[in-house]
Amino acid sequence: MFKKKLSLLLVILPTLFFYKNSLSIEPSIFVQSTVNRASQVLSTDIEKKEKMLKLQEIAKDTVDIKGIGMYTLGKYRKEINDNQKEKYNELFEKYFLKSFSSRLSEYSNPKIDVQSEEKINEKYTIVTSLLQATEKRPEVKIDWRIYTKNPDKPLIRDLIIEGLSLARTQKEEFASIILSNDGNINALFSNLENFINN
Amino acid sequence: MKKILLVFIINFLLCFGVNAETEKKEVKDCFEGVNRATFAFNQGLDKAIFKPLAKGYRALPSPIRTGTGNVVSNLSNLITIPNNLLQGDFHSAGINTARLAVNSTVGILGIFDIAKQLGIVKDYRKEDYGQTLGTWGVSEGCYLVLPILGPSTLRDSVGSLTAFLGGDPWYNVTVKNDTHYFKESDYYMSRGAGGIDFRAKNIDSFDNLEKNSMDFYASVRSLYLQDRKQKILNSKKITNTQDDSDWDDIKSE
Repeated sequence: MFKKKLSLLLVILPTLFFYKNSLSIEPSIFVQSTVNRASQVLSTDIEKKEKMLKLQEIAKDTVDIKGIGMYTLGKYRKEINDNQKEKYNELFEKYFLKSFSSRLSEYSNPKIDVQSEEKINEKYTIVTSLLQATEKRPEVKIDWRIYTKNPDKPLIRDLIIEGLSLARTQKEEFASIILSNDGNINALFSNLENFINN
Repeated sequence: MKKILLVFIINFLLCFGVNAETEKKEVKDCFEGVNRATFAFNQGLDKAIFKPLAKGYRALPSPIRTGTGNVVSNLSNLITIPNNLLQGDFHSAGINTARLAVNSTVGILGIFDIAKQLGIVKDYRKEDYGQTLGTWGVSEGCYLVLPILGPSTLRDSVGSLTAFLGGDPWYNVTVKNDTHYFKESDYYMSRGAGGIDFRAKNIDSFDNLEKNSMDFYASVRSLYLQDRKQKILNSKKITNTQDDSDWDDIKSE
């Protein structure tokens, strides 16, 4: 009886272990599949507006927009109240999606090869990739900061292009807008609204 | 005049910079008003002159552009090698000297990057006096925007000045001393070609950045400072060049 239970346990435990691991997605595979999805949209012969909408869907699914929004707010995220935070999250998402799809839609068919990944800690893995050169520009090294706290649902938090972080650049841009308006967060809100509406 | 400048540089370093512990501090934009005005002026120049030239340059056949880029890159060895030595990186100094010798001779004045084809240099990294000061622990000082030359810092401006004070052999044999082999115009043409080559390679990136920035000045400042930090650290590892603590307390979605 004991032997039977033991052998059953020996079968069940590894199965559970492998089942749990099989749910987690390798960050490099996640990046490659995201890139492939975006490339497919960009190489399709559809209108730019439709392309942008499809790219926005991909972004909603694969990017931690709220997390990036909080990061780019820098020290001000601790200074604003809940209402302002709610308004900011709403504006930032619209801003991000517009800016993201507008940046990407300029590329006709980008070819990105994922090369390696490096786990920094439980929360973050950096995936290294290379955007292939074209006639018009040299090859570009792109690193992806992947948030892996939930291994089943990895999310993109930053793109580091040739060592330059887009999230950091955004954060410093936002800080500059707030600072040049005497620390008034509403100045950032109106800038975001202008960008969204233009 | 040279002595006055030298005294100024030393004073500047003592007053503003030699303090490795300040490395993690934010770089101050002490002259933001003037910087923004200069930035606007540079943007005007770019739109009127540099961008159209870069567009024209980009329309040239690829071998011409590659050759121009190679010549400019080969000449930059003349500043990179002394800076490799000043940074104590004798290995890179040796490799870059071999690169310069091979490309200037077999590569016909640097038009062909034979050193790369032979595997002498896999990934050439430019070094300048600003980077050397950075590796010595001199902090950036204030952020500056120079007319025509663009973004800089007090430290990097001192670095550029050092090149004009005898630290750039190419400047010495073309502008500073009459060697009968080169003309002043050779120097300015090579600098101009370098600028146009860089601008041409980045037309789309700059356009994209400008279009999607709410404060283009602040974005360029951030990118310049990140780039310099990365170049001084000479590291390609993101964990070395990006401050991870910034991300630590960002909660999940």
